[in-house]
Amino acid sequence: MDFISILSIFVLACFVGYYVVWSVTPALHTPLMAVTNAISSVIIVGALIAAAAAGLGNGGTVSKWLGLLAVVLASVNIFGGFAVTARMLAMYKKKVR
Amino acid sequence: MEHAVAVSPWVSLAYLVAGVCFILALRGLSSPVTSQRGNRFGMIGMAIAVVTTLVTHLPVVVPPFDAGGGRIDDRWNFWDPLVVVEILGAIGLGAAIGIVTARRIAMTAMPQLVAAFHSLVGLAAVLVAAAAFLNPLAFGIAQVIRPIYGPDLITILPVSRIEMALGVAIGAITFSGSVIAFLKLNGNMSGKPILLPGRHVINLALLASILGLIAYFVTDQSPWIFWTITVLSFVIGFLLIVPIGGADMPVVVSMLNSYSGWAAAAMGFTLHNTAMIVTGALVGSSGAILSYIMCRAMNRSFISVIAGGFGGDSSGGAAAAASDRPWKRGSAEDAAFLMSQAEQVIIVPGYGMAVAQAQHALREMGDKLKAHGVRVKYAIHPVAGRMPGHMNVLLAEANVPYDEVFELEDINSEFAQTDVAFVIGANDVTNPAAKTDKSSPIYGMPVLDVEKAKTVLFIKRSMGGVGYAGVDNELFYRDNTMMLLADAKKMVEEIVKSLD
Repeated sequence: MDFISILSIFVLACFVGYYVVWSVTPALHTPLMAVTNAISSVIIVGALIAAAAAGLGNGGTVSKWLGLLAVVLASVNIFGGFAVTARMLAMYKKKVR
Repeated sequence: MEHAVAVSPWVSLAYLVAGVCFILALRGLSSPVTSQRGNRFGMIGMAIAVVTTLVTHLPVVVPPFDAGGGRIDDRWNFWDPLVVVEILGAIGLGAAIGIVTARRIAMTAMPQLVAAFHSLVGLAAVLVAAAAFLNPLAFGIAQVIRPIYGPDLITILPVSRIEMALGVAIGAITFSGSVIAFLKLNGNMSGKPILLPGRHVINLALLASILGLIAYFVTDQSPWIFWTITVLSFVIGFLLIVPIGGADMPVVVSMLNSYSGWAAAAMGFTLHNTAMIVTGALVGSSGAILSYIMCRAMNRSFISVIAGGFGGDSSGGAAAAASDRPWKRGSAEDAAFLMSQAEQVIIVPGYGMAVAQAQHALREMGDKLKAHGVRVKYAIHPVAGRMPGHMNVLLAEANVPYDEVFELEDINSEFAQTDVAFVIGANDVTNPAAKTDKSSPIYGMPVLDVEKAKTVLFIKRSMGGVGYAGVDNELFYRDNTMMLLADAKKMVEEIVKSLD
């Protein structure tokens, strides 16, 4: 993909984000932060690429370990973020009766 | 880009689907009814992104018995087991820590947890950018030049250099900023703003150096430039958050949320990955919108919040002057009697409720009042608490139905027809001076019109303290206000007893 295609996706996604987030009810702003936190850990994709790369020279080995550490950090966030969001959302209940 | 690793359209499609799942995850949050389904979409999206990456990037080893042979049968190739174990181990370790933390954390500690999670995203971005810098070939962002003499030269593409430098800078700012926010929210560090002399000059100089170095990095990929950018960004993140006071934390937490998104987007640009770019844009705009909502709710500009120093000792001068004025004190019995006779009671919770962990007792009080035939509603100011939506989560935790909880705009007109407004742990957001006193630091801030209720019951630990803004609250001295001086939770529990 060339830079302009990537930039187009990015700009359009910003607009999607703008409208989607304004439609989030204020009561759910804390779960919103928790879930955005979890999904921004999609950075794990980069971490996995680094961790899976064959050690090319001296930079490669360091890069691999940095990648593995980043996989751990991002996983904490992914699992913790989704779990805590699920826990919060389960608490929101409507009036009985 | 012609140098990028050729990717199958199926792979790009998978990342696109992951991105769409993330959009649906946020979309689900438009109502509590659809929110849990939305969260599941988020998990599915993440699973797709992770599996796709693993399938396409795990190193494949050819079994030794065909390696030397003439024909290599692809069916016998397998993923390098050592790498698989390492990666699954790393994911498992992170998952264990994450799930245990998510299960154990108290709902009142949610702001700290979110700040801590932001710091992890920031640090992960820094590590990924560093890994990409050290091993650019693995990320498909480098060219190899084979000179006639000497070793091969690996040059990182100029566009990728900008992207990775921005990624590392934003990631580092997110990390150190979130660590400070965490320490402040968790009480390891004073919530008071810490003001360094000349901090604006220092910050601007640092920012200019970072931007200058990023520009220079395009022409020269020497390691020292990359690492200097990283270190300076860590420093500026720290300096930016240190001068910001406790109650401005909703803005800070939202802002750091936004940064963590932009960091992911920058890395998405580096890796040409649609899922990362879409997510980064979503999270970035989400955090930015939340910051905007919080700033608007305080009638302050984003710049003035970031400049920091609000709520420090310097602005507390006006507080002492008015404290000799007469005020009325009530007891738990008085409060119980007044509320049980009321037709409608509106409860206004604030950060003090979270500190005192009074939400469960408060719900019990609400139940008792309902049994007396009283209509009970809750009014939430957007900046009540330490993060957006903080009060809503605590009330939900205490089993308060969400359709009894109202936002400022939706309930403000009702105070005039309400018998009792019950303020627990909120202060500045109820101060009528914000509407009338032009000299007040909080003038112009939208506030809850609690003073229009027939009676205001105001729980406060003592008459000594002032709110975060350092201003005295006009409300305390009004004829229709009764002060209930005690710990919020104890007072509510006593009221519950008196309601029997």
